[in-house]
Amino acid sequence: MAEIANEIDRDKLLDIYTRTMKVNRTDEKFRALLMQGKVAVMYYCVRGQELVSAAAMAALDDDDYVVCTYRGQGEQTAKGIPIEKWWGECLGKATGTCKGKGGTMHITDPDTGIMVTTGVVGSGIPIANGLAMASQNSGDGKVTLVSFGDGAANIGGFHEAMNMAQLYKLPVVFLCQNNRYGEHTAYADHTDSPDISSRAAGYGMKSAKVDGNDVNAVYPAMEEAVAHARSGKGPVLVEAMCYRMMGHFFGSDFSYMPEEHLAEMAAEDPLPKLRKVMLERQFTEEELDKIVADIDREIDGAVQHALDAPLPDTDEIYKDVLEETA
Amino acid sequence: MAEITMTQALNLAIDEAMAEDDGVFCLGEDVAAKQGGGVFKITSGLTEKYGENRIRATPISETAIIGAAVGAALAGQRPIAEIMLMNFVGVCMDQIVNHAAKLRFMSGGQTPCPIVIRTTTGVGVGFGGQHSDMLEAWFAHVAGIHVVTPSNAADARGLMRSAIDANDPVIFIENILCYGLTSEDPGPGYRVPLGKAAIAKEGSDLSLITYGRTVLDALEVAGELEKEGISVEVVDLRTIAPYDEETVLASVNKTGRALTLHEAVRPFGVGAEIAANIQEKCWDKLKSPVRRIGGTFSAVPFASHLEQAWIPQKSDIAAQIKASVGKA
Repeated sequence: MAEIANEIDRDKLLDIYTRTMKVNRTDEKFRALLMQGKVAVMYYCVRGQELVSAAAMAALDDDDYVVCTYRGQGEQTAKGIPIEKWWGECLGKATGTCKGKGGTMHITDPDTGIMVTTGVVGSGIPIANGLAMASQNSGDGKVTLVSFGDGAANIGGFHEAMNMAQLYKLPVVFLCQNNRYGEHTAYADHTDSPDISSRAAGYGMKSAKVDGNDVNAVYPAMEEAVAHARSGKGPVLVEAMCYRMMGHFFGSDFSYMPEEHLAEMAAEDPLPKLRKVMLERQFTEEELDKIVADIDREIDGAVQHALDAPLPDTDEIYKDVLEETA
Repeated sequence: MAEITMTQALNLAIDEAMAEDDGVFCLGEDVAAKQGGGVFKITSGLTEKYGENRIRATPISETAIIGAAVGAALAGQRPIAEIMLMNFVGVCMDQIVNHAAKLRFMSGGQTPCPIVIRTTTGVGVGFGGQHSDMLEAWFAHVAGIHVVTPSNAADARGLMRSAIDANDPVIFIENILCYGLTSEDPGPGYRVPLGKAAIAKEGSDLSLITYGRTVLDALEVAGELEKEGISVEVVDLRTIAPYDEETVLASVNKTGRALTLHEAVRPFGVGAEIAANIQEKCWDKLKSPVRRIGGTFSAVPFASHLEQAWIPQKSDIAAQIKASVGKA
């Protein structure tokens, strides 16, 4: 695990906390709506991985590019996607980011740098190279961050993309959120590699392996990786160790997770740990609670807006197929 | 005007598009100067003009090549990605079908994906089962992609410029046997619009609808049959999908008979789709059933005489036309 180079700046820490709680409260709200039967859509819970997404997004500039997966709520909300549009899309409404045509697995919002959300495990990794290649060609100084899980590290495109990114020294950060499961298959049952980060050495690439439940480990690693990529020195593979504290998707069985794993997970929950750090850094309970209350209020408003929003017109199925049908 | 080969036509079209727009760049295996400017020399001389960032020689990694093209397109560039041989698209179908083709739609129009995927193939050069297939039907079956193939050098120049201009993915199929074909150079800036077929030869008895290399066979057979008093109209689709339905249907409504012809295998092929559409929309004008010719439904064989037997035969094209017009 990486050493703490420097203490995180207090404003930055508050920023990370706020982003983390945005992700968490969105996740809690989504699960509540699903439980209550108010919405019935596919949703991939991010409970346990909030801090990794928040720290990664806090390390990026606003106009940097992000590529994420169906379990991308964390990156999307932490990057600052407009939440009324986000909820609109998740509920399949005309007011959604993609007019209700993409859905929870394909959230796209170029204005906030959310360029692709893919539903195919590992497919975003080669696409991230292309965004970075465009930045390298044009010299726009942007970094592309692509987030994926440990399961994605076994698909061919991962290896092709790692090799290509290092060959061209592309400004990409590959963020592997190692949540210990690829769908229902435990890490040890899908690879014999001791970790994902060590694979970077095979491509000559810089890497880091960090505790994704510890803000003082994960944020400095992300900051360093982004700076390295932006400097033109090439890509970095960051493996953030974390836990997926729910099933693969909402409502799916996770009885396959052993008791010891569940206990380990509960002990490592990033949220109480982050709160402890915040209190140690002299933030007050009241301040922290108010941030959460403000977020909740904003989410409630966005959810109501989405619930009240119109459905997309049925003729949308013929639009946006090709430019001629735009 | 000077004559140019199809190879030169493609090179000229890419060169002038790169000169006009800094966002146009090429990537693919062996495409740069160090590797000789591509296995078929289409990008020859371009590295010297535009540098190695814009003529990127890639590792043998088709998924990474198309993935990179998709990403660069989302960022506003216009990549021209080369998949050296068409059979290799099997390696990167996810990037083409799930991503390039669908990102415009799934994003509600926010992220169009303007990429050209150049790829070479063709039966008749002894490359065997994994280097020869015409797989256009795979892509024609997916919404969100243009599928294009030229049958002559002038169209190659014009179609390539239009493909690079297009704001959606284009699969640009080049037939190995057509690279040496020559045309009068249509000159700089020449464009052939996507989605527009050409009447390669006018006729009145039957519409022979085809594209790519088999346009040459069609014209040869049509010329022979002219001497026997059978007037064949040859329609060169140029864009396979979405195809120029208006021109095809107008031709069939005029002649009352149709035969589709392609090098790709016949079952579930492009010809089947066009034939079905003709039966639905030209039924009242049809004088005989729509017929189809395609390659043999097996892998492309290696031995020369087997390969030649596999390809649609000119004698069969003539026989089918005669049967259709009632002169068999």
